[in-house]
Amino acid sequence: MQRRDWRLLAFIVVLIIVAAWMDWPSTQGFNLDLGPIHIHRVIKLQQGLDLRGGLEMLLVADVPAGQTVSADSMAAAKVIVENRVNGLGVTEPLVQLQGQNAIVVELPGISDPEQAISLLKTTGSLEFVDAGTTVIPQGALIHTTGTAKQQASSGSAEQYFEPDKVFETKFSGADLANAAPGRSQTGAYEVNIEFKPEAATRFATYTSQNVGKILAIVLDGRVLSSPRIENAIPEGRASITGNFTLEEARSLALQLKYGALPVPLKVEESRNVGPTLGQDSVRKSVTAGIVGLSMILLFMLVYYRVPGLLASIALVTYALINLALYKFIPVTMTLPGITGFLLSTGMAVDANILIFERMKEELRWGRGVEAAIDAGFHRAWTSIRDSNLSTLITCVILYWFGSSFGASQVRGFAITLFLGVLISMFTAIVVTRTLVRLVFHYWGQWLRARRWALGMNVGG
Amino acid sequence: MIDIIGKRKWYFLISALVILPGIAAMVYSLITYGTPLRLSVDFTSGTIIELQFQKPVPPAEVRAVYLEHGYADTAVQSVGDGSTVLIRSKQLDDATKQAIEAELQQKLGPATELRYQSVGPAVGREVTRAATIAVVVGALAILAFIVIAFRGVPNAPRYGVCAIIAMVHDILVTVGVFAIFSLFLGWEADALFLTALLTMIGFSVQDTIVVFDRIRENVPKMRGEPFEVVVNRSLSQTLHRSLAIELSSLTVLTAILLLGGATMKQFVAVLIVGMITGAYSSIFNAVPLLVVWENGEVRGLFRRLRGKPAAA
Repeated sequence: MQRRDWRLLAFIVVLIIVAAWMDWPSTQGFNLDLGPIHIHRVIKLQQGLDLRGGLEMLLVADVPAGQTVSADSMAAAKVIVENRVNGLGVTEPLVQLQGQNAIVVELPGISDPEQAISLLKTTGSLEFVDAGTTVIPQGALIHTTGTAKQQASSGSAEQYFEPDKVFETKFSGADLANAAPGRSQTGAYEVNIEFKPEAATRFATYTSQNVGKILAIVLDGRVLSSPRIENAIPEGRASITGNFTLEEARSLALQLKYGALPVPLKVEESRNVGPTLGQDSVRKSVTAGIVGLSMILLFMLVYYRVPGLLASIALVTYALINLALYKFIPVTMTLPGITGFLLSTGMAVDANILIFERMKEELRWGRGVEAAIDAGFHRAWTSIRDSNLSTLITCVILYWFGSSFGASQVRGFAITLFLGVLISMFTAIVVTRTLVRLVFHYWGQWLRARRWALGMNVGG
Repeated sequence: MIDIIGKRKWYFLISALVILPGIAAMVYSLITYGTPLRLSVDFTSGTIIELQFQKPVPPAEVRAVYLEHGYADTAVQSVGDGSTVLIRSKQLDDATKQAIEAELQQKLGPATELRYQSVGPAVGREVTRAATIAVVVGALAILAFIVIAFRGVPNAPRYGVCAIIAMVHDILVTVGVFAIFSLFLGWEADALFLTALLTMIGFSVQDTIVVFDRIRENVPKMRGEPFEVVVNRSLSQTLHRSLAIELSSLTVLTAILLLGGATMKQFVAVLIVGMITGAYSSIFNAVPLLVVWENGEVRGLFRRLRGKPAAA
């Protein structure tokens, strides 16, 4: 028995060291190269918008009731919104499709929500510009004759490629009839485009006169790709090649097809938390958490003495593992999330209280120490399992509820409570039991003689 | 040993004294505002703006500016020393919001926007729908849980019904207390309120099951003793556990309530009320009810149920 306990103890110690290392504020991540195994992982505590401040909004397709929006056009709208968000120069933005007709946008640390909203809502423009012989890198911002005005209002965040030059717009999104991903004869992915009849004629003339030149494709002032005109294109059909993956080809086709937003979007919901309020929340939550945890530790020590001390060690392990998992998975920390974590701490203690109360009873009935420990853990198990199971089920329901955008803050609570309950099953049972067994094996007689050390005189 | 069962009538009275004012508050609110609780913009849609001015501002002046723009139904609430105001109105579009904020700053001095939340009607409807489903699924899950927990136990339906009555009691207490705060302090039920309610219901049922579990275990051990004695013994045995858990969970929650940010206060307060009533109802309602039932004191009340096959 002791052999197994010592082995478990070794495992627990290793776990604590790994978790503590991951929790250490300066830990950035790890890189592991072991023969064929390559693991690169960034470890960072993600803060939600309510903690670091920022703007969150839900853009919904603004179409008459009853009219459906195709999945294709929503995907295209998402790509376009993403491009515009990147133009804002925000760190770690998030753009995500929600349901069938909405896009969630999260912009951390934004100071001017109005500007961001108006920029995201503008209708974008697709252009084919004459770049001469310059290959413009993908993603670069340029001035064009078609969008000179728009850039003046939005372009302060980033550096322009050749800021003094204004490229001439030759064709626009309005000239395109269709665009679709395809494969060339060599098997490479490409994007096939088709011009409208009147533009096709102009396109034929232009390409025949400018073979060898670059005709850059620009969306909202940002270069998508810089294809070279290989030869004259008479029929209004062309293909854009580049080292595309299928995904890139598809995305480019979508953007070409819907240069402007394919569906009008309106801001259905927005939430902005100022950075001061966020920092204030972080400070207050940390204080509340530390005070709360310390009170629990103190309570366990006073009420259960030696077993309480062992349970407190288990509780600290519990907190360390939780934090490490938040950083590793990662789980975005929000105010409800912190509350969920602290509440699950209560549950973790709950399991130990059930066990210790049982142990005390068994001791009172005259059982031997080891038998009492085993009975305590064994008989409390049903209650612990049931209570944790019911909380886990509640968490699943809450997580589902939180997946509707308006209730998104519920999700953080559901996740941390769920994780906390799972981890508490391990720490409150395995960790505490191993510690209790070892301590009682070596100091059991000494402890039995001192009933105060077992908290037996308290409410005994 | 503490005799809890003997004083059962008092405990039922205390519960009634807490629940009735809550119900009264809900009825009053239903008649006056159309909903038993004040609902937040999460459900009703609308705009909340929290502005911090450099000096205290009179809420009436803020309301006047909204009124000029045609927003009659606007609630303005002072926070802290009065230099921060929380403004709730119908949903504002970007242009109106900017115009109103500019006008407010012109009249009342420069202000920082601490928080801004705007919910459109579609999102409000969606959240309401999701909330309804969550409540229904949650209720079914808890019922299933109770059925499973008491399967194969003699008189299972009794335990089940008492657990459910205790749960309904907890819901009434929590929602009732919230309704009173809602009337007097303007608290609004939001998505987090529902979260706290669902979480606390789970805990409360769990509390009841732990106590019932012990009664179940003691009945065969103490054959020949009156049911009341068995129950009293079981309660004393689990009382330490109940108290210890309440103390530990409540200390954490109280720490968040007192030291945590303002945005979490309502959420944590609901959890605290829920934890307290959850523990109270398991010990002082669910278990005494079981005894009352066993003694046949409410036979008349449950006569209608007896025709059903579930009869104990």
